[in-house]
Amino acid sequence: MRNFLSSKVTALKPSGIRKFFDIVSEMPDAISLGVGEPDFDTPWHVREEGIYSLEKGRTFYTSNSGLMELRQEISSYVNRNFGQKYDPADEVLITVGGSEAIDLALRAVLEPGDEVLIPQPSYVSYEPCTLLADGKPVIIDLKEENEFRLTAEELEAACTPKSKVLVLPFPNNPTGAIMEMKDLEAIAPIIEKHDLLVLTDEIYSALTYKGEACSIIQLPGMRERTIYINGFSKAYAMTGWRLGYACGPSEIMNEMRKIHQYAIMCAPTTSQYAAVDALRNGDEDVKLMREQYNERRRFLMDAFRKMNMSCFTPYGAFYVFPSVKKYGMSSEEFATRFLQEQQVAVVPGTAFGDSGEGYIRISYAYALENLKEAIGRMETFVSGL
Amino acid sequence: MTMDVREELLRILEKNSRIDTGELAVLLGATEVDVVNEMAQMEKEGIICGYATVIDWEKTSNARVSALIEVRVTPQRGKGFDDIAERIYKYPEVTSLYLISGGCDLMVTIDGRSMKEIAYFVSDKLSTLDEVVNCTTQFILKKYKDHGTVLTRKYEDKREKVTP
Repeated sequence: MRNFLSSKVTALKPSGIRKFFDIVSEMPDAISLGVGEPDFDTPWHVREEGIYSLEKGRTFYTSNSGLMELRQEISSYVNRNFGQKYDPADEVLITVGGSEAIDLALRAVLEPGDEVLIPQPSYVSYEPCTLLADGKPVIIDLKEENEFRLTAEELEAACTPKSKVLVLPFPNNPTGAIMEMKDLEAIAPIIEKHDLLVLTDEIYSALTYKGEACSIIQLPGMRERTIYINGFSKAYAMTGWRLGYACGPSEIMNEMRKIHQYAIMCAPTTSQYAAVDALRNGDEDVKLMREQYNERRRFLMDAFRKMNMSCFTPYGAFYVFPSVKKYGMSSEEFATRFLQEQQVAVVPGTAFGDSGEGYIRISYAYALENLKEAIGRMETFVSGL
Repeated sequence: MTMDVREELLRILEKNSRIDTGELAVLLGATEVDVVNEMAQMEKEGIICGYATVIDWEKTSNARVSALIEVRVTPQRGKGFDDIAERIYKYPEVTSLYLISGGCDLMVTIDGRSMKEIAYFVSDKLSTLDEVVNCTTQFILKKYKDHGTVLTRKYEDKREKVTP
C-alpha cells in the first residue's frame, strides 16, 4: 500500500504538552497546575440561555458568519472597549474558538514562503498553522528581562522583505505577559515600515490586571492592517462551547469566511445563543472572576518571593512563568521530577517554544486551597534540590 | 483603601471569615496594617456585622428543624413595622427577620430542636401578638445551598489534567 499521509502533516512536531499529558494521566492522584482553562463554571444565566435555545428548538445552522444578533453584540463590545467599529455584516466572523480564527487568518493571507513572525514562548498553534498554510514561521525569542514583551528592536531584527504577518499573542499564554499601550506604540512604526499584517490574539484580554486592557487596533493606522481575534473561552469560562471570533477589514474577512464556510459551515448554534447572553449580561461575572484570578496571582507571586524563586510579575491571563534555571535542570527535568517526587503537574516552558527553556508554566485557574497545597509541595521540592 | 478594594475584601471575608489578615493583605495587594484598620473601620461603621460560620447541622447528632414563617401584621401609627419586628427578633430562636414585599409583611426564619418546638413558638408566642394577623409556617425539608455555599455536593474538577 502507498503511504497515504501528507508529508506536510507528518513533518509537524507533536505538541510538547501532549507528552506531558500522557505521563500525568497515569498518575490519578497528582495535583495539576497544568490546565489552560478556567476552573469556574460558565455563569448559570449563560448556560440557561443555551438550554432555553435548545428547548425552543433553535437547532439549525446559523448563517456562515454567525448569528447577526451575536455579531452586533461583538461589534458593540469591541467598540465599547477599544473604540473601533466593525460592521457586523461583513467585518465580524464567529468561529469555533479563537483557534479556528487563527487558522483561517493564516490560510487566508499566506502565499508559499511568506514569513510569519511569531513571538515565543506562546500558544502552541501559531507555528503549525503557519506551516500548514505554507508559510514560514520566524520565531522571535522573547526575554524575561523585557517581561516577555515584544520590543521594537526584537521586531525590527526579525523582519525581512518576506515578512508578511506578525502574531501578537498578548496577554500571553504561557508567560502571563501583557503589552501596555506604550509597548504597542513602540512597535507600531515598525509594523508600518515593513507593511505587516497583524494577527492579534486577545483571547485573554479580559484578564488583564494592570490598568485597562489595550489593543493594537486602538492605534492610528492599525485597524486596517489587523485581524483582531477574541472569544468566549477564557473571559466567560466557556472553553467547551468552542466559540471565538475575528474582526477585521472586509476584504480579509470575506476570504476567511470562504474557508470557514467550506470547512466548518458555522459555529455551534447553541453556543452562539448562549454567547449573546454572555455579552449582554456577563460583565459582572467577568469582573468577579478576574478579581479572584488576581488574588491568586498575588498569592503565587508572594509565595515565590518567600521561597526565593525568581519570577517576573505577570499582569495577564492566568499563568505565572517562574524561572527554574538556578536549579541546574532543564524545564522538562524539573517538571518531570516535580511530578514524580511531589505529584504536582506543571508544564515545562519548552512546550511553548525553545525560548521557554529554563521556565515552567503554572496555571492559577485553581481554587486558592489547591494552589496552597501545591505551593507547599513545591517548597518541599525545591528545598531538597 | 479604594471602594473597589474594600468591596473585594468584603467578598473574600463573606466566603471565608477565618482567613488571616496577613494572607488577606497578599491577596489584595495591600499592607496588613491597612487591612486590619479597614476591617476595624468597617466593623465600626456596621458594614461588617459579624463573622459567622456556615454549618450543616444535618450532619451532626444535633439535627435541627428550621422553618420559614410568613407573617401578616397590622403596622402601628408612627412606628410602621419596626416595633413589632423588634418584638419578634428578640426571640433567640429567630435566626433572621425581613420586611418583605408581596402577600405578607414579615418573613421569619426560625431554628428549633423539633417541629413541636416550632409549633409552640408559632401558636403561643408569634400568633398571640396583638399586631399579628396571620402566620403561614413552612418547614424546611432540605438545605441545598446556604449563605452562598452549596451543602449537598462537593466540587469536582472535571477538566483534563494538562491542556495548552
